[in-house]
Amino acid sequence: MAEFIQGLGLPEALATFIIILIKIVAILMPLLLALAYLTFAERKVLNYFQARVGPLHVGPRGWLTPIADAIKMLFKEIIIPSGANRFLFLLSPVLAFGPAMAAWAVIPFDAELLLADVNAALLYVLALTSFAVYGIILAGWASNSKYPFLGAMRSAAQVVSYELAMGFALVGVIMAGQSLNLREIVLAQQGGLWMWFWLPLLPLFVIYFISGLAETNRPPFDLAEGESEIVAGYQVEYSGISFGLFFMAEYANMILISVLTSLMFLGGWLSPFEGIPYLEEWFAWVPGIVWLLLKTSFFLLLFLWVRATFPRYRYDQLMRLGWKVLIPITIVWLILLGGAIVGEVGPWFD
Amino acid sequence: MAEINSYTINFGPQHPAAHGVLRLILEMEGEVIQRADPHVGLLHRATEKLAESKPFNQTIPYMDRLDYVSMMCNEHAYVMALEKMLGIDVPIRAQYIRVMFDEVTRILNHLMQLGSHALDVGAMTVFFYAFREREALMDAYEAVSGARMHAAYYRVGGVYRDLPGRMSQHEESKWHNRKDVERLNRNRQGSLLDFLEDFTEYFPSRVDEYETLLTNNRIWKQRLVDIGIVTPERALQLGFTGPMLRGSGVEWDVRKKQPYEVYDRLDFDIPVGSNGDCYDRYLVRIEEMRQSNNIIKQCIEWLRNNPGPVMVDEHKVTPPKREEMKGDMESLIHHFKLFTEGYTVPAGEIYSAIEHPKGEFGIYMVSDGANKPYRLKIRAPGFAHLSALDEMTRGHMLADVVAVIGTQDIVFGEIDR
Repeated sequence: MAEFIQGLGLPEALATFIIILIKIVAILMPLLLALAYLTFAERKVLNYFQARVGPLHVGPRGWLTPIADAIKMLFKEIIIPSGANRFLFLLSPVLAFGPAMAAWAVIPFDAELLLADVNAALLYVLALTSFAVYGIILAGWASNSKYPFLGAMRSAAQVVSYELAMGFALVGVIMAGQSLNLREIVLAQQGGLWMWFWLPLLPLFVIYFISGLAETNRPPFDLAEGESEIVAGYQVEYSGISFGLFFMAEYANMILISVLTSLMFLGGWLSPFEGIPYLEEWFAWVPGIVWLLLKTSFFLLLFLWVRATFPRYRYDQLMRLGWKVLIPITIVWLILLGGAIVGEVGPWFD
Repeated sequence: MAEINSYTINFGPQHPAAHGVLRLILEMEGEVIQRADPHVGLLHRATEKLAESKPFNQTIPYMDRLDYVSMMCNEHAYVMALEKMLGIDVPIRAQYIRVMFDEVTRILNHLMQLGSHALDVGAMTVFFYAFREREALMDAYEAVSGARMHAAYYRVGGVYRDLPGRMSQHEESKWHNRKDVERLNRNRQGSLLDFLEDFTEYFPSRVDEYETLLTNNRIWKQRLVDIGIVTPERALQLGFTGPMLRGSGVEWDVRKKQPYEVYDRLDFDIPVGSNGDCYDRYLVRIEEMRQSNNIIKQCIEWLRNNPGPVMVDEHKVTPPKREEMKGDMESLIHHFKLFTEGYTVPAGEIYSAIEHPKGEFGIYMVSDGANKPYRLKIRAPGFAHLSALDEMTRGHMLADVVAVIGTQDIVFGEIDR
């Protein structure tokens, strides 16, 4: 494909641009489809947890429901409250949605399959995922309405408490992987199930996933939405596709967090049977991206499972959890990890 | 410098956690509640006034619509008050049926409370589990009265009719194939009593399911323990009754302290809490469901072995048999008089209360000897509980208001009347 475009005789800059554009489309199109069907999967999975049947009526066995939802959302009127700041009000969904998409640029789907091989990929991802919270805070502020305002305040309080723990968990990954590049972090985990970072970084792995739940505003940390308390929080005044962007950003972030967790702690595209006789050869034909997708789906299922199981935290309780539980654990583990790396404790750091 | 005012927020009436039409004006400092001011009356339907204008029997269906999640208990309070004024003794079988359905209603109500409370606190799954069990009890309602909710089953002098010998069956449809239908009809082959017995067999394990999801769940405990504490003294001063009072540790239950119907012949316990917080009230309600289940079992056992009339044979207040009416002049007159004029009640007044799932549900009635009440006053337990909302939530956070509303088990049908 790339050779074909370069062979067309276009100026080199233009050819590169077109190739990148094609790659972006190749990532975003499946992603958007995955978003749509993640909402469907969420409803179906929750329904099985909750002894009911779920969407069944649009299309065969309900499979067109997400499409119908998308069409409905696109064609609904966008209502802008008269007291709202129009510019910020319309900017904030974009601020939420944009970074959720942009972060995918550095995600390696395979040893070669990635859009941009950035050296500081992890920092880039951390920056972009944190950026999404501006969308929420601005949305709450720009709506000029009481419930959204409370949602925005909660979101701001929430960010400071989990983001630090999340950052520390990533520091552990960087230390263990000796790199900020996601591809190299995955390659550092080669050698089978027990070499993946989930084992030496077990507390960080759990904390990263918990912070991921908070980052994406998923239950039990959905305080900024808080259905039964502040109705829908920052989304109250949004309608149509302006709400749809928030909605899609939430699900895109869910997938992103799941992919990142699999990349950093579960060996990304590496086969779980590496180093096991027979099984390794039998599954050698499976492409790496399939393993990555399987691991990602597992974490997505966890997202839904948690939603079906736990009540919601109160926001001071989330802050207490962040500051008094998660951060101390990460710090202690980082010190232990540093010792293990210096002391070259096998089999991971020798 | 501008004066700093606290933030007021309109919580409801269109709010997912407002349990209907509660309108709360909350004054807050940040998220901390300074004052909670409940505004009631959005569901006011003038039940008490309507009762003054129609014969006694026609008010029974209005009673269903007071607390619309515990229908038969409301009816019970009303017909019991009338029976006391008329001096009627209800046949023993009818008393057992009433007690059985009171307890069915208690489970219905507590399941609703548990489910919506959990949903308010954010645990959505319990809600659906609770509704799965409610379905069976709704079917029991339907089997005896024909209506799933507003039964109008209790009548002055007994109950409308005896328990049915067979249950309605599911049929095959576009959505249910033969296998589904067989599964759905498996416990519907026998009489209503068999159906309910089957329910009492599996229900305790279902309560265990709710408890695995909630009782020892750390988040659930963090959200409920020490929230909305009411001391026993204060609970009595505020006029709390039912699980709200027992959660504070006061062992008060009309079923035990002033037994009505056949409660004195049944074996059951009254659970009480110790802290008076939301968590204790939750535990009290869970245990009450288990106790109710036991009472239902005992009633089923008795009802199986003791057939008999379910309505007094006094045709001044109960309709005569249809076939008698065709050939017997006196019955025809009774029928005509009962369905046009109704019956008259001797002049006097009465207060009669039952242990409603939410607390003490009382009827105060004044009769001037006519065929309709001179005045009917309903003592709704929820009203006293809602009045204490301000006291229970002050100093707590917005999220706790929701937990307290859930624990108070508010239903606006009875509060606004």
